Amino acid sequence: MRRGTQVALAIIFALFGFMLAMQFRSRPEITGPLQYQRSEELAILLKRTEEERDKLREEVASLRDQLADTQSAEDQVRILQEELSKAMILAGMAEVRGPGISLILSDSTAPSQVGQDPNLFVVHDKDLLEVVNEVFAAGAEAVSVNGQRIVATSEITCAGNVIMINGVRQAPPFKILAIGDPATLEGGLKMRGGLIDNLTFWKLEVKLTVEEEITIPAYAGPLSFKYAKPVKKEAK
Amino acid sequence: MWYLLAGLLAGVLVGLKLPWTVPAVLARYMAVGILAGVDTSLGGLRASLEGEFDIVIFATGFFGNVLLSAGFVYVGDMLGIELYLAAVVALGVRVFNNMGRIRRLLLRDTASNGKEGARRGK
Repeated sequence: MRRGTQVALAIIFALFGFMLAMQFRSRPEITGPLQYQRSEELAILLKRTEEERDKLREEVASLRDQLADTQSAEDQVRILQEELSKAMILAGMAEVRGPGISLILSDSTAPSQVGQDPNLFVVHDKDLLEVVNEVFAAGAEAVSVNGQRIVATSEITCAGNVIMINGVRQAPPFKILAIGDPATLEGGLKMRGGLIDNLTFWKLEVKLTVEEEITIPAYAGPLSFKYAKPVKKEAK
Repeated sequence: MWYLLAGLLAGVLVGLKLPWTVPAVLARYMAVGILAGVDTSLGGLRASLEGEFDIVIFATGFFGNVLLSAGFVYVGDMLGIELYLAAVVALGVRVFNNMGRIRRLLLRDTASNGKEGARRGK
């Protein structure tokens, strides 16, 4: 062969070898013997699995933290629910049960005498108001009149010949239920010169009984506040 | 023969010593190019055994095949089909054909002339 041919062949094969070397170097994972390759693969797999494990560990830790937070949040929720149930009793939004008294108030059955004002012998809104006021003063925790729960917005007002309570017309007999210490409630009403004395003076029928357990229904009226808005106490 | 091996060795050494590597996107081009190089080398070996070796044909075949294969890979990438497989299959078939021809030539030489003939055939 001529010298030029030899040189050309050498150059071509140098190029070929160069290509081979570059290719093998760019893919180092296929250069090693199968055994080492396998162990390398396994090492990579191990490393990845370990990373995954570490990540999962972190996740476990963060989830534990979350769980603890949630548990403390649950405590808060429990406290809030207790508060809420208290507030609902106070607001009359929950049916309540407990010891208390029952007072039945009816118009007088005494025959009206000439020259006497018949208005004095019927139960007035003011009588009911006084009774309700008195039982609250005696520590009643929940009061209802004829099944109408007395709440902050309850009215007891005269409307012609009937009495409106919570916007519902009521007629005698009026049954007043009050939950509280029965002895205190009874004493408050039966006080000498007190309410019952006053009412019986006009021959109104008053029947007071101490009850072991009475149930007072929840306020059933509407609950929308159109004008009153809560004032936020943020900026002072 | 020594200049072939010397060239190959030099190329391999240079390739191994160079700091840069082939980018991953070009790895396939290089692989198909290497296959074309293998094919052309075997073709050259066969031609020399048949006494028809021509450096010009060999050189143009080497570079032409490498570039054509790389072109196939590129066009395949552009079209979204694995056109480089066509180059791989064609070159693979040619490698086997060349190997078969070389084997036959060597066997015939050995059978007719003994070891002397085989050595002279190179």
